[in-house]
Amino acid sequence: MLRIHKGPIIVGAIFIALLPWLFGRMPALEHYTPLMVFAGIYCLLTIGLSLLMGYAGQISLGHAAFYGIGAYASGVLTIHFGLNPWLCMLAGALAAALVALAIGTPALKLKGHYLAMATLAFGIIVNIVFREEVRWTGGPDGLVGIPGLSLFGFAFDAIVKYYYLVWTVVAVAFLFTANLIQSPVGRALRAIHTSEAAAGAMGIPIARYKVVVFVFAAVLAALAGSLYAHFMNFINPGTFDLFFSIQLIIMITLGGMHSLWGAMIGAILIALLSFEWLHHFGEWEIVVYGLVLLIVTIFFPQGLAGLPKMVMERIRR
Amino acid sequence: MKNLSGKKVAMVLLGGLLFLLLAFQPAVAEYKVGAIFSVTGPASFLGDPEKKTAEMVVAQVNAAGGIDGKQIKLIVYDDEGDATKANLFARRLVTQDRVLAVIGPSQSGLTLAIIPLFEQYKTPLISCAASHKIVTDEKTGKPYHWVFKTPQSDSMAVEAIFDQMQKMEITRIAIMSVTSGYGASGRDELLRIAPAYGIEIVADEKYDPRDTDMTAQLTKIRALAPQAIVNWSIGPTQVIVLRNWRELGMEKITFFQSHGFGSRQNIQLAAGAAEGVYCPLGAGNIAEVLPDDHPQKAVTMTYLKEYTAKFNEPVSAFGGYAWDAMHLVIDALRDVGGDKAKIRDHIENRKNFVGQQGVYNFSPEDHNGLTKEAFQMVVVKDGDWALVQ
Amino acid sequence: MESFAFSHQLLQFMVTGLTVGAIYAMVAIGFNIIYNVTEVLNLAQGEFVMLGGLVMVFIHVSLGLPLVIAFAATVLVVTVVGVLLDRLAIRPVRQPTVMALIIATVAASMIIKGGAMLIWGKNPYDLPAFSGREPIVVGGLVLQSQYLWVIGFLVIIAIALALFFNRTILGKAMRACADNGDAARLVGINVRQMVLLAFGVSAAIGAVAGITLTPIALMDYDRGAMLAIKGFAAAILGGLGSFPGAILGGVILGLIESFGAGFLMSGYKDAYALIVLLLVLFVRPSGILGSMAVARFKRF
Repeated sequence: MLRIHKGPIIVGAIFIALLPWLFGRMPALEHYTPLMVFAGIYCLLTIGLSLLMGYAGQISLGHAAFYGIGAYASGVLTIHFGLNPWLCMLAGALAAALVALAIGTPALKLKGHYLAMATLAFGIIVNIVFREEVRWTGGPDGLVGIPGLSLFGFAFDAIVKYYYLVWTVVAVAFLFTANLIQSPVGRALRAIHTSEAAAGAMGIPIARYKVVVFVFAAVLAALAGSLYAHFMNFINPGTFDLFFSIQLIIMITLGGMHSLWGAMIGAILIALLSFEWLHHFGEWEIVVYGLVLLIVTIFFPQGLAGLPKMVMERIRR
Repeated sequence: MKNLSGKKVAMVLLGGLLFLLLAFQPAVAEYKVGAIFSVTGPASFLGDPEKKTAEMVVAQVNAAGGIDGKQIKLIVYDDEGDATKANLFARRLVTQDRVLAVIGPSQSGLTLAIIPLFEQYKTPLISCAASHKIVTDEKTGKPYHWVFKTPQSDSMAVEAIFDQMQKMEITRIAIMSVTSGYGASGRDELLRIAPAYGIEIVADEKYDPRDTDMTAQLTKIRALAPQAIVNWSIGPTQVIVLRNWRELGMEKITFFQSHGFGSRQNIQLAAGAAEGVYCPLGAGNIAEVLPDDHPQKAVTMTYLKEYTAKFNEPVSAFGGYAWDAMHLVIDALRDVGGDKAKIRDHIENRKNFVGQQGVYNFSPEDHNGLTKEAFQMVVVKDGDWALVQ
Repeated sequence: MESFAFSHQLLQFMVTGLTVGAIYAMVAIGFNIIYNVTEVLNLAQGEFVMLGGLVMVFIHVSLGLPLVIAFAATVLVVTVVGVLLDRLAIRPVRQPTVMALIIATVAASMIIKGGAMLIWGKNPYDLPAFSGREPIVVGGLVLQSQYLWVIGFLVIIAIALALFFNRTILGKAMRACADNGDAARLVGINVRQMVLLAFGVSAAIGAVAGITLTPIALMDYDRGAMLAIKGFAAAILGGLGSFPGAILGGVILGLIESFGAGFLMSGYKDAYALIVLLLVLFVRPSGILGSMAVARFKRF
């Protein structure tokens, strides 16, 4: 996806904008609106991760940690210090950026499975801190009473208002990232993914680029975490554990790692599957989830975003 | 398909119409009650018996003709131990399914996650989780208006244990806890209440819910030579810790388990290591060994027989939490009908409600309605519970 | 009294750490066998351990077959599951990138875990210790006999693997695949068969870990993921692909956890182990015994 076409973006934006109205008309689907709020939050996470993994080719199995850092910055600073939620969001993003810089600089020198393990270890350590620093974080039970968001007296208190807030942030993040990919930075990243040696020979400062992307993905994740915390008014460490990091990887593989659209499709699909559709299988849920994942991995190597291309090729043959 | 006559088509259409009418029949003849439990996932040992119990109770009431001719419709969602899911399902129950009351969730953290919604949508919530934070608003020190809970608070279990220690003249103890919400809550209460009983805590050890061995923590404790160990966990770890205690030859240090130990299966799994272990249990765990004149003897024995006959597995305290919550709602529906505010008021003023976990006396200041007397101290003897005299 | 207690404490931590570490090492060896042939991280490795424990419970306790027969039967059953994993989840993947294959193992681990939950339910199960529950007391040191079985089986597995890789044609063929898959294919080695064999052997080792662990720690359907992570950590710490590294990594991890829980805040015990792991990686990016030269041949 070298070029960003305007058409699909406009259609997608209109569709997303009309969804709450559509759900509101159908009482049986009303509960999809809050679900789509979480789907939007997941999109923020996968957009960053897609840039990191799909474009720069660096694996992260600890992304939930940055999501958690954002959420806990919002939670701890509003509850214990009574700070303005927007300020907390900023603080969370800054904290995530600093942590990403500190951990990314040595970690991104690692390769393949070693990088996977390093990020995984980092994710687990952060989660243990959330669990153990009870005085600040509320421990395993979590933090209660995180305030909602409001801007110039306008409170994002209804679900629909929050929906538009989250999806506006997603739209901004999407456009920014899409532009980044088309810029020389994006080309450099793809060069790194294809061959680090060649990219280095061309004079691309590989290490710096990797860290910058890592920091960018971490900031997006922290923003997602803050949005989550102010919507739920509650956070606990379980939301930000290793299994959510793996879930994020599943999202972008399912959707298609090498495309921002894929990242969004994967995020929305997993939200729908895990919050809604898979519930009808009761005890069989996890088995069905595994089967869906396996089938997509086996038959759709480019993820669902690659589906149109696959169909086209089939027809042409 | 050639001889498809107009008559047949009409009949099919009519049948379809009839079906639609039936399907969209306005739901006047039923009371809708919601439930959120951790039926699958790591806390399934809580949610699974809770769901089974709630469904069993509702089926019994409906089979007996319902309440004033109305059937109860129970809508159960499985949060899988995930706060986000609990939040989504709670929203769905109060805004879309429009239930009169909700029972659950199974875990304290998840209950705390959804309390704001129930305050906002003015719907009664009867939680099946233990933390005192569920019925105490930290800002006001009073209970949340719409929220109740059936399990005894951890502080009551701690007091029951410390009472027993005073009788045994134990003053130096070590505590162990699992790093989950359950363990953290118990640990907090142990540390908080110990000074009032003049009990000194010489060690405060933790382990992960999926750990396979606690010998290291116990070895450390053994060197400090306390008189007793209190362990606060649920799941397999509480059995492993007992085995390690026995293997290390630490029998001289009396072992107290939390009320989470209250299932005979744990005694079996400990393979003899549980002998002589103390723990505070609600009446529902020990129906058989209760004296006949105990106020809860009848209800607990009935539940025990019905549950084991239906599901062929032993009863647990957790199922009892759901039994109490469900019956509190049914009791209110019977007395005041389908009005959320009246149901709430009814529960808040309910006195002498005999349940599985105790005799509840609710009040505007107390949305749990139990005291430490809801626990009896038992000791494991010959592979079964025995009341401590 | 105090100093007497202290030296015993140290020994006790050591024994515990060695035992837990031996289990991690077995999982790590399983990782390495598959990694060497396929470059894939099999995240379903922990499920083999879980299945080993639960299948053993079924055959030994429920069916009542004697220990040795039940042991062999369990290893056989789990090996078949490993082979099926390769045939049904790994081989069919159309574009076998390393990432796709790892996700396939994640999917498989969900299916295995869910299947185990449907078969055995959610309760933990116990297995009698191989040689009784009476602890062995040496001085003040208390040893559970099952600990010795765990460590013993690790030693047996290590020796057996060393013999297999150095003395048998099959083992040498596998090593050739590990060193360079394309070259192995050129000299006529059936790489597909080697992959199948790798999954089988690695499942069998997982089963042994599960069978020996269950009498100490019970077993339930949900245990696999955590064991897989610890085993992965051990494999990376020692150096991915190196068998001595796996054993070293497992033992170090077990010892840090045990001593960390014993001397420092036990709530942070898992964090200590992982911090040490991170520090090692920052100093030696390919683990303690890992070789950067070998890693260069790998795609990932």
